Amino acid sequence: MAASTIRGRVYVLGDNIDTDQIIPAQYLNLVPTIPDEYEKLGSYAFSGVLDVPRFVPEGSAKTSYPIIVAGRNFGCGSSREHAPIAIGAAGGRAVVAESYARIFFRNCVATGELYPVETPTRLVDEFVTSDEAELDLDAGTITNLRSGACFALRPLGDARPVIDAGGLFAYARQTGMISATGTSDSKERVPLNQTIED
Amino acid sequence: MSRMTMTEKILARASGKHEVHPGDNVWVTADVLMTHDVCGPGTIGIFKREFGKDAKVWDRDKVVIVPDHYIFTGDEKCHRNVDILRDFVREQQLPHFYDVGSSRYKGVCHIALPEGGHTRPGEVLFGTDSHTCTAGAFNEFATGIGNTDAAFILGTGKLLVKVPPTMRFVFAGEFPPYVLAKDVILQVIGDIGVDGGTYKAMEFAGEAVERLSMEERMTLCNMVIEGGGKNGIIEADATTFAYLRARTTRSFNPVAPDAGAAYALERTYDARTFEPTVARPHSPDNRSAARELGDVRLTRAYIGSCTGGKITDFINAAQVMRGHTVAVDTFLVPATTEISQALRTERLEGRTLLSIFEDAGCTISLDASCAACLGGPKDTFGRINGPEVCISTTNRNFPGRMGAKEGQVYLASPYTVAASAITGRITDPREFLAGGA
Repeated sequence: MAASTIRGRVYVLGDNIDTDQIIPAQYLNLVPTIPDEYEKLGSYAFSGVLDVPRFVPEGSAKTSYPIIVAGRNFGCGSSREHAPIAIGAAGGRAVVAESYARIFFRNCVATGELYPVETPTRLVDEFVTSDEAELDLDAGTITNLRSGACFALRPLGDARPVIDAGGLFAYARQTGMISATGTSDSKERVPLNQTIED
Repeated sequence: MSRMTMTEKILARASGKHEVHPGDNVWVTADVLMTHDVCGPGTIGIFKREFGKDAKVWDRDKVVIVPDHYIFTGDEKCHRNVDILRDFVREQQLPHFYDVGSSRYKGVCHIALPEGGHTRPGEVLFGTDSHTCTAGAFNEFATGIGNTDAAFILGTGKLLVKVPPTMRFVFAGEFPPYVLAKDVILQVIGDIGVDGGTYKAMEFAGEAVERLSMEERMTLCNMVIEGGGKNGIIEADATTFAYLRARTTRSFNPVAPDAGAAYALERTYDARTFEPTVARPHSPDNRSAARELGDVRLTRAYIGSCTGGKITDFINAAQVMRGHTVAVDTFLVPATTEISQALRTERLEGRTLLSIFEDAGCTISLDASCAACLGGPKDTFGRINGPEVCISTTNRNFPGRMGAKEGQVYLASPYTVAASAITGRITDPREFLAGGA
């Protein structure tokens, strides 16, 4: 899960991509903790967006676009954790957007499915779908390998190590906040000064 | 001691602190965790994976499970998901479960919670649904969370929360009689945009809000998420206490804002200036006045959901619809069983709401659920399955929200939806209310 650079093709979307466009509600009968339903959620990622090429090819469960570039208020709408999970299950690794809806951002961190990176630049005007890009999380940049343009991104801060670890529970175990076996004594061992962005 | 807003006071109390400030990250103790059939099975899956298959929830009395989304469908997986809830309830011996097919079945969780006495002033409610913010109408901190956070709460009773800054919206004077809470919140969202409240609490106050019923206050708070808000909140008063007295015997501690509390924004509206308002496709902030949209031809109308399927919503719709017939397919779904029953007992001028709607030619489901508000399985009642143009009392109109992404959804109040159903085009309800109401 941990990565410092993610290289690959980008998938470009607009503003206010809500959770119904990310994973239409008819697929919410799928339960993300059931492995084959997790995979199936991936096959439907972004199937609700109007007028864009498919994120996941017909008959496949995996995308060829590891990086999503979007505008403002990405992930608005419902609290369904199926949304970051669908993108992650399809093989999406990071979203680079101008801003995020609060619950979606938090769900990305809690599940560890996806890096929700913020950009101060409106990158939807700087990339087209299928451009090759390199996202460098350590340097905090994304480079369009077609145009050569490089853009600075906002730091992920405390969210980064949680996603690197694979989500809230994995991070809590890795750092000793909860026991390695994951039973009983987590209540006592959660330190009250730990911060995760919400 | 610093001066605090209502949201800050609740979060301070729930985190055991004397005071909190916007931006503080605090561990908050949950008073209620609610989940439903769409997010419950995944939450339970994470809880068992992370805490162990024999783990017990932190407090049985604080977990409320409300199947409501995909209930009246032939979809096998949906039925399996309700079975997962049943198994968990049995195994954990959870007392607050509103099972499908039982006399306890309620329907839409955000209305079922107050009906069941689970929304209490001063408390913290987390729910695996973005419209959990509805319960802010009861003077509590209520917000939506994902499955992983919910599983964490199931095991520990706690969640790390960043204290939001508060935006305060004051409505001075009185709303006109043809204006409903839906018009008010659509106006506010139009003003601040769909991300104007992101990471913030939205507080509603003023004489016009004090005059609103609990149901109308719930409509205001329900849609703060459509402005990006973390929670909505309203001060408790005699209206709140009267509702609660009929629903719960538990004690509670209301909070009021301190004079001089700091707000991220304070905006005062003259309540008399509001008018029937519509959000055009495909965004809740795409605002117009209903009177400006007379050219929009409709193919269907829909009245239902946590936002617009409460008993007051049906009473309001019936006031407009009585004595008329609808010009387009008009689907009605009560939010809860109690509302469904009230359609058969509540009367306007001696006639039941149900007979008014039947005579008007509406298609009515008496099976309470979320139904087509969020599309759902293909066989969902009222689902948009093609390029329909629908006016709806629901809360979202992003592409595909009510089903097919070719559909177009206009959001409006029960008055406006009823008036538009009669004419087949978007219609300002004043055309019908002036003489009759």
